Amino acid sequence: MKKTVITVVGKDSVGIIAKTCTYLAENQVNILNISQTIVDGFFNMMMIVDTENFGKEFGTMVDELEALGEKMACIIKVQREDIFDSMHRL
Amino acid sequence: MINIQEVLETNEMIEKENLDVRTITMGISLLNCIDTDIDRLSDKIYDRITTAAKDLVATGQAIEKEYGIPIVNKRISVTPIALIGGSACQTSDDYVKLVRALDRAAKTTGVNFIGGYSALVSKGMTKSDELLIRSIPQALAETEFVCSSVNVGSTKTGLNMDAVRMMGEVILDTAKATKDKDSIGCAKLVVFCNAPDDNPFMAGAFHGVTEADEIINVGVSGPGVMRKALESVHGADFGTLCEKVKKTAFKITRVGQLVAREASKRLGVPFGIIDLSLAPTPAIGDSIADIFEEMGLERAGAPGTTAALALLNDQVKKGGIMASSYVGGLSGAFIPVSEDRGMIRAVNDGALTLEKLEAMTCVCSVGLDMIAIPGDTKPETIAGILADEMAIGMINQKTTAARLIPVIGKDVGDTVEFGGLLGFAPVMPVNSFDCSEFIHRGGRIPAPIHSFKN
Repeated sequence: MKKTVITVVGKDSVGIIAKTCTYLAENQVNILNISQTIVDGFFNMMMIVDTENFGKEFGTMVDELEALGEKMACIIKVQREDIFDSMHRL
Repeated sequence: MINIQEVLETNEMIEKENLDVRTITMGISLLNCIDTDIDRLSDKIYDRITTAAKDLVATGQAIEKEYGIPIVNKRISVTPIALIGGSACQTSDDYVKLVRALDRAAKTTGVNFIGGYSALVSKGMTKSDELLIRSIPQALAETEFVCSSVNVGSTKTGLNMDAVRMMGEVILDTAKATKDKDSIGCAKLVVFCNAPDDNPFMAGAFHGVTEADEIINVGVSGPGVMRKALESVHGADFGTLCEKVKKTAFKITRVGQLVAREASKRLGVPFGIIDLSLAPTPAIGDSIADIFEEMGLERAGAPGTTAALALLNDQVKKGGIMASSYVGGLSGAFIPVSEDRGMIRAVNDGALTLEKLEAMTCVCSVGLDMIAIPGDTKPETIAGILADEMAIGMINQKTTAARLIPVIGKDVGDTVEFGGLLGFAPVMPVNSFDCSEFIHRGGRIPAPIHSFKN
């Protein structure tokens, strides 16, 4: 399993989660966990996904989800989970 | 499993508080390049570096993208060139041929600096060392990416005062050779006492002879993150303050450790060390001086600043050491003037003087860093400032360094623009009393008594 963290930050609007999940489903990325919160009036969503079966380069997902985010006026970041594990877990 | 608050905290550090990995520096040994023919030596150096570091920049960029953390610099350090050029270089001009090879190699690999145009003369100076040191002004004027350093003393050997005197002249000559660009050559020249072999930070990085063929060293960053974290303990006692610094340093360093491990794995090069130094940049909020202000000082330089820096430096190490398997390099807060907006503000407001900066260097790594002084400063005076700084390192068994920039044609009150990470600097006044007779004594200052531990 290759865990990756996807964060979506922006103004709340219809279909943000749906469009993001559609991209993931089309690319064989399995969602393990979703949580969301509102910070300073902005929609914040975090997904932990498994990219084991993602067929393309990791950098491609970073670019494609960033582009998808731009279309929905929000910022989508894709990061390997290790950076968060390193910082917050002993 | 990681929760959303933790993810948001990390990303806030990256996006709003300038958290980044300051540098991945690949150390490359050039000892196997040694040759008696200068042209062959130049070619071997170029080939060795461009082969070993061919994937360095691309690997750094891939890691940046996958982890979402900026890696600001990708750099190379090499074996001190005075050790490599000895058999081939008969004149200082010969050394300039080698520096051109280094510059070309840096350009080809895409790194933003290459360090190691260096000589280690803490006790004595070979002919080769002297030729290299004499070539530094021309070498730095003719190249874009090369950084130079000279180690003039150590706790074990004492201070080589002939070298200190010579560096006073070389710094001034470098300033003159690059006077069209506000003497920027001096920003790429560091004078050291107790120089470490594994420093990833420029301009003082070189790949020591105690090192392996190739190694990956990483420098972390994080003054902005530290300042923000300290906001949450505003007004609390020192115990609480220190705990916060330690915990924050731990988090910052763990990211550096991850990047170092990943770069090492992908490049097939062993991991050397993490350098724990908090390195400021000219970006707003990414300032060591701002941390002092958050701690309760009106400006950097106010009474209490040395104590504030001492606790900051020590707690950063305590937190950082726990977070990394190997720590080394300089590992201490940097207090450059030009690269730190808060420090510049403190100088402009009259809160921070050269003498206070010197006192601060007793409790942190590096030393008088990126300090612009009047262009008409005498070489003996520059040597005197160097001698003071080196003596602090020698006696306190720690690294100290000086990166002074006598800006030709400028005086106190003027400002110098270096651009990019180097920032801008107000020209600071220098004590005008003379030290020529002291400097011209020549010879060595013996090693201090506490160096005799055997």
